[in-house]
Amino acid sequence: MTRFVERHPAWALIVIIAIAVALWLIFAVWPQGLEDAVGRKRVFLNALFNGITLGGLYFLVASGFTLIFGLMRNVNLAHGSLYLFGGYVGYAISAATGSWVLSFIVAFILTALVGVLLQVLVFRRMEGQDLRQTMVTIGLSIVFADLMLWACGGDFYQIQTPNWLIGPVELPLVTAVKSSGEPVYLRYPLVRLVIFAASVVIGVAMWLALNRTRIGMIIRAGVDDRDILAATGVRIQLVFVVVFALGAGLAGVAGVVGGTFQSLSPGEDIRFLLASLVVVIVGGMGSIPGAALGALIIGLAEQLGSVYIPTYAIVVTFLIMVLVLAIRPQGLLARR
Amino acid sequence: MSLAHDTRVTVRPTAAVQRSRLRGWPEIDNPAAWAVAAILLIMPLIANGFFLIEIFATTLILGLMALSLMFLAGYGGMVSLMQLTIAGFSAYMVAVFGASGNANISLGWPWWLAVPMALALATIFGTLGGALAVRTEGIYTIMITLAIGAAFYYFTNQNWAIFNGHTGINTVATPHFWGVNWRADIPFYYIVLAVAALCYFAVDYISRAPFGLALQGVRDNPRRMAALGFNVNAHRVAAYAFASFVAALAGVLQVWNYRQISPGSVSVGACIDILIIAVVGGITRPIGPFIGALIFVLLRTFALDFLVKLGLDGNRFRLLIGLGFLAIVFWSSDGVIGLWQSWRRRQRSGAASSSGRHGREAGRESGQGSTQGSRHG
Repeated sequence: MTRFVERHPAWALIVIIAIAVALWLIFAVWPQGLEDAVGRKRVFLNALFNGITLGGLYFLVASGFTLIFGLMRNVNLAHGSLYLFGGYVGYAISAATGSWVLSFIVAFILTALVGVLLQVLVFRRMEGQDLRQTMVTIGLSIVFADLMLWACGGDFYQIQTPNWLIGPVELPLVTAVKSSGEPVYLRYPLVRLVIFAASVVIGVAMWLALNRTRIGMIIRAGVDDRDILAATGVRIQLVFVVVFALGAGLAGVAGVVGGTFQSLSPGEDIRFLLASLVVVIVGGMGSIPGAALGALIIGLAEQLGSVYIPTYAIVVTFLIMVLVLAIRPQGLLARR
Repeated sequence: MSLAHDTRVTVRPTAAVQRSRLRGWPEIDNPAAWAVAAILLIMPLIANGFFLIEIFATTLILGLMALSLMFLAGYGGMVSLMQLTIAGFSAYMVAVFGASGNANISLGWPWWLAVPMALALATIFGTLGGALAVRTEGIYTIMITLAIGAAFYYFTNQNWAIFNGHTGINTVATPHFWGVNWRADIPFYYIVLAVAALCYFAVDYISRAPFGLALQGVRDNPRRMAALGFNVNAHRVAAYAFASFVAALAGVLQVWNYRQISPGSVSVGACIDILIIAVVGGITRPIGPFIGALIFVLLRTFALDFLVKLGLDGNRFRLLIGLGFLAIVFWSSDGVIGLWQSWRRRQRSGAASSSGRHGREAGRESGQGSTQGSRHG
């Protein structure tokens, strides 16, 4: 942190000012002039929270994607299909048993199994041929999409939110002050906050697992140079299978999350594939913190964009990607 | 900057060009090519309107889009998923600048103004996208071009001022001049055929011209080409510009064919279809995309009847396409052409040979030839 400030004093100043402005926008009661110019603070805070929670969901999808890419150099364009598959499995389990938590566990296990099968049956056969692997994942995503359309039809599904998470919660953030002087607090759906907290927990757990455990050490070594790692006697194929299972399982979990606070339908696979592509391009391929930062930026840009400049929301996302590519082609937090 | 290099290269290998003039157009002494050309020319006598437009014209248009991808992927080593997006952009521009049923959007220019405008804008669009994509390499290119394609799709869905949202632009005017309705089946077929033939021979020519050889050198060993003084990125961006122009031509033909354009025709799935067409046909030769497009169009048109006849669900057309694509990617590195070539070779000599590598290696040799040539020159 101090090194960053020493090396880029101007940027550090800009970042500090931006953070200060953001904090003021969140915590202060907006003066009348600002409300007239921008709109009500409640709208802004809602968009902000929606953006952050959407960023959590994007992180769940993109972290698996970036993990698989980082280790195996395999752009898994069937990742969106794994997301949708996890969502459908979660819906089926939650509709059959009524248990939300169980649907997460089953979705994780089943999508992880699909991931293991993919790695063992398909990708192991064409190791080192990046382009061919990518083509195969495109073919697989088409096949999966059609199989899921066959099995589930074109309807919209939404996973039932459990009772203990339904309803809004009052946050200690003042959105406005009534004429009587009584403050109005922001009310926000509890389930979204819980999901966001869970994705933060998963992110931190992944970071700890990668940086503090033996298997994490092996994976990081594999990201840097997998040939040398294999030469030291590590069973690299086993590591590949484990990482692929973890990445796929995360996509499945994200599917259940997405099915709870959005909905599941054919086409969602492409949407989330695109989201994770943009997130990892912005954040840096193969970097977990990069995926977190990218997911936050893209989630915020999408939500704030759709509130304040509705027709051009997608362009904002795209412009961010273009900017990052122009300034730092390897992504914001990539090490390369 | 480096394109100036090409002029130097052009001066030098005249001897090589003269030597290969006979060898240069392999179609000339290939009876099969003459037969295909003759059949394509007299097609209106054989086929009825449905086959002429729905099968052959559509094949040629899709083949053109896939040809632009084949040029980038086969000679430049850049798999771009945004070729359909460029075609779609050009189609939208024809609809916006030309006349259409949506009078509040279309400017109503005559076709001879609207079409060059659309071609120019789409080429600029594709070149800018390419300039963005060449900042990265290999699989990153796929992801960035896919992201561009998807962004354009969502943008056309959201934007009502220019792209008219998800309804798109309908009843686009088609050209009438010299007393001919050029959208009538037979004239339109000949327009499409002429454009496709022109682009096919242009790609064929460029692949052997100094620029194409340098591009293949860039594909095989960018660092070495850079060390030889070629500006690698300028060659790549120029390749994108040419490919964008081909795709833009295809887009103009497509909007005349369907007389409408909507976000559905630039969806991500359709972008991927173009990749499938090129890969199934084979991306080492310009004929591959057209073969792939013919297979794709035939499957798309007749798979339903075929599947129903087999007693299966007719809606599983995409499953069939996906499985076919997977099979091709698994067993042949060069699509149908690769399968055909390895089968021919097995027929000729039963000797074991690396299947489907022929075209690529030939390209590699010629690429290296140019590299060495420029070193001498």
